[in-house]
Amino acid sequence: MKHLLSTENLSIQDAIGILDTAEEMATVGDREVKKLPALRGRTVVNLFFEDSTRTRISFEAAAKRLSADVINFAAKGSSVSKGESLKDTAQTLAAMGADAVVIRHWASGAPHRLAATDWIDAAIINAGDGTHEHPTQALLDAFTMRRHWSKLNGTASTGSALKGMRVAIAGDVLHSRVARSNVWLLRTLGADVTLVAPPTLLPIGVESWPCKVSYDLDSTLEAGVDAMMMLRVQGERMNASFFPSTREYSRRWGFDDTRLKALDELGLKDTIIMHPGPMNRGLEISSSAADSPRSTVLDQVRNGVSVRMAALYLLLSGDSREAAPSLSSAPSSSKENN
Amino acid sequence: MAAANGSYLIRGAAILGGAAQDLLIREGLIAEVGSAASGSAGSSGVKVIDAEGLVALPGMVDVHTHLREPGREDAETVETGTRAAALGGYTAVHAMANSNPVADTAGVVEQVYSLGRDAGWVDVRPVGAVTVGLAGEQLAELGAMADSRARVRMFSDDGICVHDPVLMRRALEYVKAFDGVVAQHAQEPRLTVGAQMNEGAVSAVLGLTGWPAVAEESIIARDVLLTQHVGSRLHVCHVSTAGSVEIIRWAKARGINVTAEVTPHHLWLTDELVRSYDPVYKVNPPLRTDEDVQALRAGLADGTIDVVGTDHAPHPSEHKECEWAQAAMGMTGLETALSVVQQTMVETGLMDWEAFARVTSTSPAAIGRLEDQGRPLRAGEPANIVLVDPAARWRVDPSAMATMGRNSPFAGRELPGRVVATFFKGHPTVLDGQLNTPYQYTDGAGAGSGH
Repeated sequence: MKHLLSTENLSIQDAIGILDTAEEMATVGDREVKKLPALRGRTVVNLFFEDSTRTRISFEAAAKRLSADVINFAAKGSSVSKGESLKDTAQTLAAMGADAVVIRHWASGAPHRLAATDWIDAAIINAGDGTHEHPTQALLDAFTMRRHWSKLNGTASTGSALKGMRVAIAGDVLHSRVARSNVWLLRTLGADVTLVAPPTLLPIGVESWPCKVSYDLDSTLEAGVDAMMMLRVQGERMNASFFPSTREYSRRWGFDDTRLKALDELGLKDTIIMHPGPMNRGLEISSSAADSPRSTVLDQVRNGVSVRMAALYLLLSGDSREAAPSLSSAPSSSKENN
Repeated sequence: MAAANGSYLIRGAAILGGAAQDLLIREGLIAEVGSAASGSAGSSGVKVIDAEGLVALPGMVDVHTHLREPGREDAETVETGTRAAALGGYTAVHAMANSNPVADTAGVVEQVYSLGRDAGWVDVRPVGAVTVGLAGEQLAELGAMADSRARVRMFSDDGICVHDPVLMRRALEYVKAFDGVVAQHAQEPRLTVGAQMNEGAVSAVLGLTGWPAVAEESIIARDVLLTQHVGSRLHVCHVSTAGSVEIIRWAKARGINVTAEVTPHHLWLTDELVRSYDPVYKVNPPLRTDEDVQALRAGLADGTIDVVGTDHAPHPSEHKECEWAQAAMGMTGLETALSVVQQTMVETGLMDWEAFARVTSTSPAAIGRLEDQGRPLRAGEPANIVLVDPAARWRVDPSAMATMGRNSPFAGRELPGRVVATFFKGHPTVLDGQLNTPYQYTDGAGAGSGH
């Protein structure tokens, strides 16, 4: 593994390897001195073309706990029309000796471009690209689910997958990189996934995904759910006619107090409620659901640092850097094409 | 001058893939065919071209070329684009109107026409914009462009759809006055806001905004009905979906005067290539699915689709060396079209060379009303001829092309068929697969000076 670009092609060995390494990293966070010397002298650049303080500080904390040097590069607004191109930015970072680039970009596929071209030779970690993928979010979600699932089953977390776990993901699937990365990773780990959304917020082609699709949150809950993940819904989708009003959305697809009670009535006492944050309280999730003991929202944040430490560690230490480039499917190099 | 007066004896070429015959070219015309031509072998001043194993076809005519000049000479010029055309086996191209300034006045189309004559590699036939500035609000002076020296017959806002149904109706009606045709870029704008690729299974995974087939098909359905209603002539640019083929087939069965075009890339490539996020595969309309590709091939073979148009769209490299969403749409095509059509239509057994000549020369010339192009290879006809070696194979290297664009989606692929020679008005613009010299106009009309 030279880059971490998506979960779609992540093998079960690599996925479990990252989750197991994250378990080891988690113990560092419990120490008084939260630091390992593993990446001393290595430079990690957080290249953010889109604001995301939460993800950026999570990666920053992860890199610093591994003793890497961290450079934050907020390139928001940078584009061909407005300023420097992605190519020039990448070549600049290469010239400065970046060992890893953590990239957040509004354009789907931007991390793939960095990995596939000869603009920069660093390890590339996708920290969310457009409406494509957000692999470390899916890994931290899986990490959170795995701890819960193995505890319920009385087994060790390390080494295990999510076989048989019923996961429902509800919300704006169409625009969600979190949903996509979760669907692929949860499939790989053996969970049963159901996507719940208004038909307008599901992509054409979703029928070929390895999951069930439902328009009805209540019947999905009735069928039994072990983890209920709510996705953030942007209020501005309302203006584009994806749904008639935020109130109607909330009634049909929000995790409100009635549905929180329904979990008890359905005997789903161990069901956890997840959210990648930031939450729209009162829209896709009610405050009592977000603050209930079932909520894993803060665990997810905590686990995010461990998972990102694991990803950085596995990509930057040892012999994995000598592995073949992960993207060689294009018929010829970009140099020839362009 | 001397160029147009040269005499050439093409020996043993398979005319339209038939029996090998000799062709004598003299003073811009095919003087003799067959044994009558062979007799001139020893005559002085006749250059003999050995064409054994080669197929002779009428010079190809492109209904859809972006030459970028005026305005984007960093992407292509009339000179470089028409060199590419000659090397690709073309003797005429239709230069699309989306230049800067837009070709929406007699002045601009005459400028492009003159640049084409100055270059001398092929006939450059400007396409006039349907609406002023391609803005879709007000008809451009279509009549003035038709009456100009450029004699425009094809009108298109290509790149942008004439989506206002009233404006489209008026354009279709108006061009009847001078036997014009409206070439529609069929793309419903509201259904394609921010569209990046074909909408389907691949876009769902890649998280790229979809360009649904229905956005093309709904416009074509509307336009064929409008065409029937007003009794005009419609040409549909770059048909890309199986559904569009069905609608056009239905329209033709009803007797509607519609013609349609398919690009070489839509005959072969699919949206699976977008998984690389390499913008060389970004094009409008987008690459579709294999089901669409097969339907387009079948439609071209059975005559539902009339012509191959390259939609040659060169871009400077910085417009492709970037994020997918930032990249410009378009691919080069002039220098690969013949080979790609051979690969997808001839080698698959869907077409013979006679049908190839129909879709690359005869029908495109008829749509554009080019009287001396797309003619039969017979004595007395204008000598617009391409000699093809169908057995040759070559590897696509965009850096070796005459076009300034390096954005070929076929880079690195091995293709069949090579243009050995192109004769334009009896003059070899290409010989031995290399550019020779341009045709020199003797009437002075295109010499740049007085125009």
